[in-house]
Amino acid sequence: MTDSKYFTTTKKGEIFELKAELNSDKKEKKKEAVKKVIASMTVGKDVSALFPDVVNCMQTDNLELKKLVYLYLMNYAKSQPDMAIMAVNTFVKDCEDLNPLIRALAVRTMGCIRVDKITEYLCEPLRKCLKDEDPYVRKTAAVCVAKLHDINAQLVEDQGFLDTLKDLISDSNPMVVANAVAALSEIAESHPNSNLLDLNPQTINKLLTALNECTEWGQIFILDCLASYLPRDDRESQSICERVTPRLSHANSAVVLSAVKVLMKFMEMLPKDLDYYGTLLKKLAPPLVTLLSAEPELQYVALRNINLIVQKRPEILKHEMKVFFVKYNDPIYVKLEKLDIMIRLASQANIAQVLAELKEYATEVDVDFVRKAVRAIGRCAIKVEQSAERCVSTLLDLIQTKVNYVVQEAIVVIKDIFRKYPNKYESVIATLCENLDSLDEPEARAAMIWIVGEYAERIDNADELLESFLEGFHDESTQVQLQLLTAIVKLFLKKPTETQELVQQVLSLATQDSDNPDLRDRGYIYWRLLSTDPVAAKEVVLAEKPLISEETDLIEPTLLEELICHIGTLASVYHKPPSAFVEGSRGVQHKRLPPRAGSPDVGQSGPSEAPPAVIPSQGDLLGDLLNLDLAPPTATVPSVQPSMQMGAMDLLGGGLDSLVCSSPAASHFATNVISGLGDLFDLGGGVGMPTGSYVAPKTVWLLAMKAKGLEISGTFARRGGIIQMDLSLTNKAMSVMTDFAIQFNRNSFGLAPAGPLQVLTPLSPNQTIDVSLPLSTSGPVMKMEPLNNLQVAVKNNIDVFYFSCQYPLSLLFVEDGKMDRQVFLATWKDIPNDNEAQFQIKDIHLNSDVASNKLQGSNIFTIAKRTVEGQDMLYQSVKLTNGIWVLAEMRIQTGNPNYTLSIKCRAPEVCPFVYQCYELVLKN
Amino acid sequence: MIGGLFIYNHKGEVLISRVYRDDIGRNAVDAFRVNVIHARQQVRSPVTNIARTSFFHVKRSNIWLAAVTKQNVNAAMVFEFLYKMCDVMTAYFGKISEENIKNNFVLIYELLDEILDFGYPQNSETGALKTFITQQGIKGQHQTKEEQSQITSQVTGQIGWRREGIKYRRNELFLDVLESVNLLMSPQGQVLSAHVSGRVVMKSYLSGMPECKFGMNDKIVIDKQGKGGTTDEPGKSGKQSIAIDDCTFHQCVRLSKFDSERSISFIPPDGEYELMRYRTTKDIILPFRVIPLVREVGRTKLEVKVVIKSNFKPSLLAQKIEVRIPTPLNTSGVQVICMKGKAKYKASENAIVWKIKRMAGMKESQISAEIELLPTNDKKKWARPPISMKFQVPFAPSGLKVRYLKVFESKLNYSDHDVIKWVRYIGRSGIYETRC
Repeated sequence: MTDSKYFTTTKKGEIFELKAELNSDKKEKKKEAVKKVIASMTVGKDVSALFPDVVNCMQTDNLELKKLVYLYLMNYAKSQPDMAIMAVNTFVKDCEDLNPLIRALAVRTMGCIRVDKITEYLCEPLRKCLKDEDPYVRKTAAVCVAKLHDINAQLVEDQGFLDTLKDLISDSNPMVVANAVAALSEIAESHPNSNLLDLNPQTINKLLTALNECTEWGQIFILDCLASYLPRDDRESQSICERVTPRLSHANSAVVLSAVKVLMKFMEMLPKDLDYYGTLLKKLAPPLVTLLSAEPELQYVALRNINLIVQKRPEILKHEMKVFFVKYNDPIYVKLEKLDIMIRLASQANIAQVLAELKEYATEVDVDFVRKAVRAIGRCAIKVEQSAERCVSTLLDLIQTKVNYVVQEAIVVIKDIFRKYPNKYESVIATLCENLDSLDEPEARAAMIWIVGEYAERIDNADELLESFLEGFHDESTQVQLQLLTAIVKLFLKKPTETQELVQQVLSLATQDSDNPDLRDRGYIYWRLLSTDPVAAKEVVLAEKPLISEETDLIEPTLLEELICHIGTLASVYHKPPSAFVEGSRGVQHKRLPPRAGSPDVGQSGPSEAPPAVIPSQGDLLGDLLNLDLAPPTATVPSVQPSMQMGAMDLLGGGLDSLVCSSPAASHFATNVISGLGDLFDLGGGVGMPTGSYVAPKTVWLLAMKAKGLEISGTFARRGGIIQMDLSLTNKAMSVMTDFAIQFNRNSFGLAPAGPLQVLTPLSPNQTIDVSLPLSTSGPVMKMEPLNNLQVAVKNNIDVFYFSCQYPLSLLFVEDGKMDRQVFLATWKDIPNDNEAQFQIKDIHLNSDVASNKLQGSNIFTIAKRTVEGQDMLYQSVKLTNGIWVLAEMRIQTGNPNYTLSIKCRAPEVCPFVYQCYELVLKN
Repeated sequence: MIGGLFIYNHKGEVLISRVYRDDIGRNAVDAFRVNVIHARQQVRSPVTNIARTSFFHVKRSNIWLAAVTKQNVNAAMVFEFLYKMCDVMTAYFGKISEENIKNNFVLIYELLDEILDFGYPQNSETGALKTFITQQGIKGQHQTKEEQSQITSQVTGQIGWRREGIKYRRNELFLDVLESVNLLMSPQGQVLSAHVSGRVVMKSYLSGMPECKFGMNDKIVIDKQGKGGTTDEPGKSGKQSIAIDDCTFHQCVRLSKFDSERSISFIPPDGEYELMRYRTTKDIILPFRVIPLVREVGRTKLEVKVVIKSNFKPSLLAQKIEVRIPTPLNTSGVQVICMKGKAKYKASENAIVWKIKRMAGMKESQISAEIELLPTNDKKKWARPPISMKFQVPFAPSGLKVRYLKVFESKLNYSDHDVIKWVRYIGRSGIYETRC
């Protein structure tokens, strides 16, 4: 007998027929009918009309029928909550059944029915099942607690199920332990600070014992949970590592990857000179390689993770280049990932082999893959100097094939090679010029134009070439237009006599005929530069270019650390933090690697021995004028690269604004744009770390006499990354007040209420109510005077009232405001001295460590400390919610209660307010 | 965790849809169909994010299996689970096809209810599942209490893969060492990469709860024994042993014991299963060597000569040998001469396929072909895909040897000597390519 026939009934009046069959006396007919209903449900037909008839079939001895009815219930109970109650009795009865399979089935299904009334009845049976004698029932009940928590978290806490669940971690049955761990981990995710899992050496020991005995899936739950534990010292860390390493030989790739995650994380705590550290490193390579013989989908997951591991610890896989060679019939997604890793592992030792491979790949069929392979050849040239010559000749060979997209890709990478090794390979320019006509992609055209402009003095007909591009100027993409403008200006500065006409032509095209503001602005800058001071123009436009970075697409170190903590999960596949793709409270908490062993230095944020030289050239003004914006992307995630935003601000605010617009109003205009721009890059959520930031006492904002009896006093606080406005509403009138609402006017940092004002009960006369209003920084932005002014409107059933208040800027200091040391140094130098402001903080009797701790509570981070001649210098950084960085140097002389504070910022108008915060925090 | 699981046919019609989490709605079913199954371009990734919902998919013949989630789940686990689900379904009703899925949809729902609870994978060993979920409806109506508790303790127990009370009149076990040897060779005969990935597959028909111990010529073990034990075989151990790069085991193997003593001990599942997988890269015996010679004669002719040499003991026979020589897309005609076997030009596959039924060791054979080309104005050069080869040989190219497989069952009265053991070695070609 087969079941496929149930899928075929599509006649009209089917529902009636089914109804009759469901109510039939014959058991067989009933079962047939339920099967038909389930089949219809699967294909998406609405069979909810049959609810009472199906539920009637529930009272049966036939387990198969029962399961089918349950399946139907899970699907439709929510839409028919009243009728679902009919099922409760059967559930409760089944939870008492002699057969453990039926008890488990009942409790499993009940948890899936999201109807409040049923949930109420679930509590008692669940409590019994959690203590059931049969492990199968207990393991099902453990998961049911997680289900219930998803429906009604409060109920779970009130009923004490969390404690029972914690007890199950010590259960004798490994599978019960594993399910309890899984349920607790998930519940803990939605309570980031609850310390629910409460991992301590004893529970860890229990988990490690269960690890050896439970199913493959249970092992994954336990390993993932272990990864969130922070060992107390390196010895504990080592002993956990020792007990986890055997998992690397498990046949299940997920077990292996989760074990790798635990090891990668705990390794951080081991001293590097320890023998065991070396042994562990060696043990990690073979299992990672073995993952590549799994099915292609798993290979993909593994490769995305290996990409992270290689960036974090290149030493693990440095000898394993060959396994990443692409196979002819690998799926395309595996091929592209392997190529990525090949570039990362390329070194002087293996470059010959790698190049030979890449050359093979460049002749394949898949366009994306071929392009990436060509680009990879260019990256090799830049990374391994010894190979540059071979790479260039390989690229020339590829250009000779005349395959259109290969040629274009090759030209784009050759431009980077020119940047890296100036005056070495320019002999190939002639060959490149031959292919000018075949270039139809903007990036390749732009690259070619850059080359022509940069080497204008060596190309005899440079003016002709550029002129030919100029003909279709309006049809080109912006990228090409910008490039062309710069290239012609370069040409003019090099050969002024012959090209005057050309430069005028392009300047007028850019400034008069174009709608694109970027193009116009750049045109004007050049024009003014050229007309005021050609020597200065030469210095700017033909300045020496900064070095090009060796590595591309490196993940920013803090993000990399976070992703290492998420090995094996979706985050590691997307290379994005969970908060980027998970909704709600889950996953917002950022994970971090444990602090590196033996590094007492405060300033060291990551363990990377030699921070790779990533040059933030994108968006940099100087770079922009030189057209370095074609440089290979230096970071994949724009929001984490501070210099980008700074560059953008610099474009208008960095002292060159007199070029753009000579009126003094310009700087005002500029800051407005700055906050707007900054807002675009807003990082949004901060780190969910509780901070002991200073909260000022409440002050009266709105007087009762001005507001028909409503008095409002309040203050602002930042708690665990969430900005809150704490309000006390007092009713000093004679009548009851209701219907409260709140709204903000546009303000400098886009503060806006993140939710409605929660005043649920009416406010009776002489009553005071305290409310906390969470704020977001995603509201509309307008510069206020003073900067931290906030205009608020509060409405109630009587009228609308207005008042304004000022918030401390520390409200906007985000939790991830700790700048990398190198970046700090570079940025400090980069900000013009005019932007520096000095302040005195008087009468502070704290030593530098206490002060620095206090400030840290308000997200003012000390990056480094230096002591010179009895004077402590603290270097500190602060980041605002809209991405503006503030750098500070605080000088503390022993015995002198007056501190000197120097603040530097791209947007100098925030400095006094930052100083205010310093004073507030230090004095309280 | 997994929020829902859908199975589609090749047209994108839903065959099975089971939702585990409230955050997954019915629209997710359609989102996957529209964006992945009906997508115009080739699928570029097995993980797709559509509107903050992540879809994991695998394909078996023309059936799509998709797992859906909105959380940051363990991605490796989701794929492992999908594969496992395929295994379970295959074990229950054979090939995964639209017909079989429709025929067994009630059973599939029942399995899905059991092996995935609120999106957490539960015990998915077929051996255990079959004790209480069957195709003939559910067992369990008329079980005694002892039987029931035996089922639950097995499903949740430490040895979830084997049930108690198995009895055979003849205790027998079969060991297959199955290897696939992979090679990528340059036209000049230089080995670019070579590795063997091997599997030890065991079929056990043993009574009770037997303890097994498996031994092979693992270099680490042999060296250790050589040092500590007697030196009656001087020098021999070094040659006979092989270096295993890495190995993984079925969940029945005690991993901590392997880690500390490198001994492989376990209680086997009943019936067929994969005991271990391993990988070696050193001292691989390459059964065949392919020597290609391609000459372009003018623009419209290509001369190809390929010699294959067998490189193993003359007493052994290789079987099912197939050499595939790719030809350019603009081939108009091919003339082939081969000394042994049969060769044919297959225009639809753009290749000359040369088949030889059997070939002994230390022999050599060759094929030569003249390929006529149509003149084209296509600027793109022919990519020259590598020459690939298939074969099967009766030995393990890695050199792996089974030294022993001991069986101990203390409660029943049979000893290691009473068990009939069969060992077989099969080496197959994996991706065995020579560039030309």
